[in-house]
Amino acid sequence: MSGHSLYQPQSPFMKWMERRLPIAGLIHSSFVVYPTPRNLNYWWTFGGILTFMLGVQIITGIVLAMHYTPHVDYAFNSVEHIMRDVNYGWLLRYLHANGAAMFFLAAYVHMFRGMYYGSYKEPREVLWILGVILLLLIIATGFMGYVLPWGQMSFWAATVITNLFSAIPLVGEPIVSWLWGGYAVGNPTLNRFYSLHYLLPFVIAGVVVLHIWALHVAGQNNPTGVEPRRDTDTVPFTPYATIKDSFLMIVFCILFAWFVFYMPNYLGHADNYIPANPAVTPTHIVPEWYYLPFYAILRAIPNKLMGVVALGASIVILAFLPWLDTSKVRSARYRPLYRQFFWVFVVVCVGLGWLGSKPAEGGYVIAARILTLYYFAHFLIVLPLLGLFEKTKPLPNSITESVLHGDVPLGASAPPPVKT
Amino acid sequence: MNLKRTILAFAAAGALAGALATPAAHAAEQVTPPRQSWSFSGPFGKYDPAQLQRGFKVYKEVCAACHSMNLLRFRNLAEPGGPEFSLAQAAAVAAEYKIKDGPNEQGEMFERDGRIADAFPAPFPNDAAARAANGGVLPPDMSVIAKARTYERGFPWFVLDMFTQYQEQGPDYLTALMLGYREKPADFTMPSPTMQYNMYFPGHAIGMPPPLSNDRVTYDDGAPQTLEQYSKDVSAFLMWIAEPHLVARKRLGFQVMIFLIVFAGLLYFTKKKVWHAVDLEPGAVEKKA
Ligand code: HEC
Ligand code: HEM
Repeated sequence: MSGHSLYQPQSPFMKWMERRLPIAGLIHSSFVVYPTPRNLNYWWTFGGILTFMLGVQIITGIVLAMHYTPHVDYAFNSVEHIMRDVNYGWLLRYLHANGAAMFFLAAYVHMFRGMYYGSYKEPREVLWILGVILLLLIIATGFMGYVLPWGQMSFWAATVITNLFSAIPLVGEPIVSWLWGGYAVGNPTLNRFYSLHYLLPFVIAGVVVLHIWALHVAGQNNPTGVEPRRDTDTVPFTPYATIKDSFLMIVFCILFAWFVFYMPNYLGHADNYIPANPAVTPTHIVPEWYYLPFYAILRAIPNKLMGVVALGASIVILAFLPWLDTSKVRSARYRPLYRQFFWVFVVVCVGLGWLGSKPAEGGYVIAARILTLYYFAHFLIVLPLLGLFEKTKPLPNSITESVLHGDVPLGASAPPPVKT
Repeated sequence: MNLKRTILAFAAAGALAGALATPAAHAAEQVTPPRQSWSFSGPFGKYDPAQLQRGFKVYKEVCAACHSMNLLRFRNLAEPGGPEFSLAQAAAVAAEYKIKDGPNEQGEMFERDGRIADAFPAPFPNDAAARAANGGVLPPDMSVIAKARTYERGFPWFVLDMFTQYQEQGPDYLTALMLGYREKPADFTMPSPTMQYNMYFPGHAIGMPPPLSNDRVTYDDGAPQTLEQYSKDVSAFLMWIAEPHLVARKRLGFQVMIFLIVFAGLLYFTKKKVWHAVDLEPGAVEKKA
């Protein structure tokens, strides 16, 4: 659907340029005339929000890096130096720390959107898998970033997470000391995490380009899950999508600003204001909220190796979603049963997140086991079977029809036109 | 994915969380500190300079004997949004301290009077000395202690806190800690004779003797010289040294919020106008070929 460039350069310079590097034409065809389904709702604005947040993280991160010292003896105090003495350093740091949380929030909304509307289905499998790769990359980036302030949680999170690799039979221990660059988390670990934390966002940016490329080849899905067929099914990206995206992006910024300016430490952990101390283990080692569901899955399994496998599988399984979901119908709008299961799944994920923040004991472990089981059952049992047995509702013939006549196909008693 | 469903889902998640919370709510090692009212809470909160000045006096005359405050510099005392001493007052405070400097041209270390650019000197030369003087426990550095201490809010409070902006767990805990010394209950075994029983300290056995008592510090501004008042003042002071730009942050936040809300409103109406034609009739969008 990306189509040929319809761009007509006006000025002599742009004409000259267009014959040598048609970048203006590329931008024009991708972000101006690019046709987007006219019925996209606000859940579709989160891709743009993610791109914006990536920009925020990169810009604030680069400036923070100018003042940060990656050394075990100075890291904690250099962050405090940023907070106290650098002009607007407190703003930069709070933007970056809360920005990471907002990034994950947007990524999760974006993914649940994809799940609800079946955006991973043919022909968007590669687009979806690139998304899963992005998720893995942001998880890794966020984790390494969290280690940099070198507080108690930084240190112990690094210790716990790198130690997971020791569960691998035979080569586990050597791999862990290779990751550490020594026999414990220490200065070499901090240095390499810093280096990688600077590198990965640019890798993410590269994968985002592929992701958007794949999006522009397959075209956007839409709330009906029915591909655009007629001219009236789509509207040009600019001004329609641009203005809608901008509006929600600013609304999202209000939420972001609420945390940054009014409760900047709410999403963090008090223990990370205690300088790292290898001799003192905190009572509860808890990761940031956005890792909690995965952490709950890890701890739900009594065997360490199997726990690590389950943790990995809980993310990797997402990449197989296009093939695990056997339904021909994309959108949950027309899948009454799937819609119920979808919300159960959302609740299970939130529940796992809550359990991840609790100590791994007693009733919590039992609950975490049940929810972990359900998490995997959703992908391995519910989705494959639903597609075979679910009686789906009739699809509209086109997007336009669904917009104008509601979701009843023409011929049936059509309600009067509704506004979207 | 309409709003009602979303809200329902969150409500269900909340109910689930609540149900799970009850059976395992056992490990309540920490007693919840009572909530205090703070001048710096809420979206328009500001430190009260008079309170910070009193808190500083308590700190300097009592706590500084054992606790360091490495990240605070004398000049901070005169910065806006803090205790707002004059520069001359800050310099006078600095001059009361001897700072180790050097080496000089002869290669020797020497002591000189403090200047406003210096950091507050620590009471002990190193952690081992601090431990040795305190029955084997280290008095922690106070620079960010108000952000490094908290207590668990539990469900549903932690959700509500997002809306009420309650985030003064640190100073609430510090105040409670100062006021929390009690006779040891009969069935409690103290791990070491130099320790004290404190209601709010996790585990209750604390290595810090009760630092404050009525009339311990003389206030020049007529504020009551009570244990309670001292505790609140020193906690507010500790909050300020942990978060010295809080006032500027909240002030800027308000401006940013106003800007974003107005901007979002304008974008909303622009969006409505742009989409007006499409919402009315499908063919209305002209396709430039
Ligand atoms: C006689 C020395 C001494 C004095 C004076 C003193 N402290 Fe302490 N303080 C300690 C020691 C020792 C500890 C460590 C206690 C422990 O970990 O068991 C401590 C711990 C603390 C803690 C940390 C408690 C926790 O949750 O870990 C705070 C906060 C604190 N002191 C505040 C103060 C304040 C405020 C003052 C002044 C009003 C003060 N201290 C005066 C010795 C002292
Ligand atoms: C760095 C993080 C990411 C960025 C910057 C990003 C960016 C974008 C953008 C700009 C769009 C187009 C707008 C939209 O449809 O919302 C998009 C679409 C999409 N993204 Fe992402 N994304 C990210 C992560 C993910 C993840 C983690 C997944 C899921 C595993 C994912 C899956 C998808 C899918 C399936 C689409 C097509 C949606 C549709 O048209 O229905 N993305 N992404």
